[in-house]
Amino acid sequence: MKEAVHISGVPSPGPDLQELLVRVARGDQDAFASVYDAVSGPVLGLVRSVLRDPAQSEEVAQEVLVEVWRTAPRFQAARGSAMNWVLTLAHHRAVDRVRSAEAAAAREHKAALLDRTPAFDEVSEQVETRLEREQVRRCMRTLSELQRESVTLAYYRGLTYREVSELLSVPLGTIKTRLRDGLIRLRDCLGVSA
Amino acid sequence: MSTAELHTLTGAYALHALPESEQRPFEEHLEDCEACAQEVRELSATAARLGLAVAETPPRELRERVLREITTVRQEAPAHGRRERTGGRGRTGRWYAYALAACVAAAAAFGGVAVWQNQLAQDARQEANQAQRQNEQLAQVLSAPDAKTSSGELTGGARGTVVVSQSQNRAVFLASGMAPPPSGKVYQIWFNDEGTMRSAGLMDPKASDDAVLLDGPVDRASGMGITVEPAGGSVEPTSDPVALMDFPTA
Repeated sequence: MKEAVHISGVPSPGPDLQELLVRVARGDQDAFASVYDAVSGPVLGLVRSVLRDPAQSEEVAQEVLVEVWRTAPRFQAARGSAMNWVLTLAHHRAVDRVRSAEAAAAREHKAALLDRTPAFDEVSEQVETRLEREQVRRCMRTLSELQRESVTLAYYRGLTYREVSELLSVPLGTIKTRLRDGLIRLRDCLGVSA
Repeated sequence: MSTAELHTLTGAYALHALPESEQRPFEEHLEDCEACAQEVRELSATAARLGLAVAETPPRELRERVLREITTVRQEAPAHGRRERTGGRGRTGRWYAYALAACVAAAAAFGGVAVWQNQLAQDARQEANQAQRQNEQLAQVLSAPDAKTSSGELTGGARGTVVVSQSQNRAVFLASGMAPPPSGKVYQIWFNDEGTMRSAGLMDPKASDDAVLLDGPVDRASGMGITVEPAGGSVEPTSDPVALMDFPTA
């Protein structure tokens, strides 16, 4: 047993949302309303970029937001930011919906899929969203075309890397690598640390 | 699939672009490869930024519907420490050694350690399996032929014992008579990597006599510390340690 020594540490980023989630975890409905206001826009936007259909998107967004309430006690700040946790949840739910719907219905035409671009151009009155959008768009431009297409189809369309490979007629190994090095380039451009 | 190939899947995994059949093997790989876990964490945070960029204004009715619905939905119980982590060490030693070797190689390339936040809510059955698997892991460390022990007094008359198995690269911390953490706080355990603290999970705030399997591999850690952190834990220690213990030396 040693003398206790000082360990320097900095508070984790985004303490507000994180603190709110801690209160939500204790059943605080007012705190949840604040969490809702902070995350519902990104959640709905992300779900809609994957699903497109407005009614279905709202339904899935509602499921995700209720799941945030239900599973807030399981959120662990040591494992990532609160917003990251919520958006990962939203992406998973949206993609699950796409994949189950695809299993049942006929696949959309390839050209239609390739044609769709993310809803960057949609109007949003929130300044921080506009800034975020600008920054992501700028960083997306630093990617090679194949990197950008692969990341976009996987993230905004919810395709598996196998589907991306098929759609773009590029070998599987190449797509895997492009998804990784594309994201790494975006990470560096956006200055993401975790 | 080779581990080198597995490692290139960090991007696809962070984008949720792995087919279901490939998700599980990759998550098991992550369990043993902290450098891969760190990369996944960063790439996943990057993916979240792509999500933020497409935010839109939700209709007001959605707010009303959600706020109404949550009043009828029961919240889940909190997860403590690593109890919610997926995967386990119920695999062959060969696989483990393999993954570890890959990890060391990857660590050279990426550096840093962290734990991948498991965002998926687990269903109850899976969770029970994991709790059981964790108990098994814990028992394996305690009964390992090379398990070494060191004990010390903690603050407030509590005693702590740490058991380390080099062959399993895991450590277990046993506390007896620890005072419960202040309300709204938790005890968080850290590996001491030559002065840098690496999270090793949270302690169950309700259990004063707890045996905790430290979250993540021991690797080069020379000891462990415990700090009091806000509920949910922190990325880095935000207070002075209430305990510091050296690991037993071989």
